[in-house]
Amino acid sequence: MDRISVRTLFFGVYGELAARREGSAELAADSTVGDLVETLRGPGGLDWLPERVVVAVNHSYAEAGTTLSDGDEVALIPPVAGG
Amino acid sequence: MSKAANGRVRTWITRESLDDFAQFEDIVREIGSVEDGALLFFQGRVRRTNRGRAVSRLAYDAYGEMAERELSAICHEALERFDVGSVAAAHRVGDLGLGEVSVAIAVTSAHRDDGYRASRWIIETIKVRLPIWKHEHYEDGESHWVGAPAMEAEAPAGAARFE
Repeated sequence: MDRISVRTLFFGVYGELAARREGSAELAADSTVGDLVETLRGPGGLDWLPERVVVAVNHSYAEAGTTLSDGDEVALIPPVAGG
Repeated sequence: MSKAANGRVRTWITRESLDDFAQFEDIVREIGSVEDGALLFFQGRVRRTNRGRAVSRLAYDAYGEMAERELSAICHEALERFDVGSVAAAHRVGDLGLGEVSVAIAVTSAHRDDGYRASRWIIETIKVRLPIWKHEHYEDGESHWVGAPAMEAEAPAGAARFE
């Protein structure tokens, strides 16, 4: 597969800033979390998204170097405020 | 993770009220043991004043599936880190009024010191790891996502951690 598609989720203030709760992104195969963030922050994109945004892949916190697979669920996590 | 550990932890994320602490006592009586000589119970409640502003209500947003998983993982980790018998913990989501319970943690242990330390560690870890977000509505009609960059810039570094 040359391209993969991932589901993106935006929570809290990110959902408000992105004006959506979820979306999808097309990436080259073997793309990483860092590549996805760069794509999202790219021209005409979400320029307010921090470069080192916290990300979860399939419900677990992930590093920028984590490789993504087709169909992954990727959540953009703003500073948490539970409790 | 051992089966024994699983049986000693119960966690959930809910839109239902957590105000009744008797439900937590019932759970730890069921999953704890008579070896436990101490029960520590913590409630976090919606406070009227936050950073000098009068709060009228809160709305919690959550990444449901991940929050369930993280809360369970945090409490299982507490069993490994501290000498505790059982842990029951729950977090509210949705709309909450002043004074309502947003988070509740019950810990049983043979001796009190382990219970106090585990309870404190669990709430502090929830605050940095649980994927839940707080939208505060103020009496003046404004609202704000707690932890959003604009507000964090005004707060001293680390101020939010031990509130």
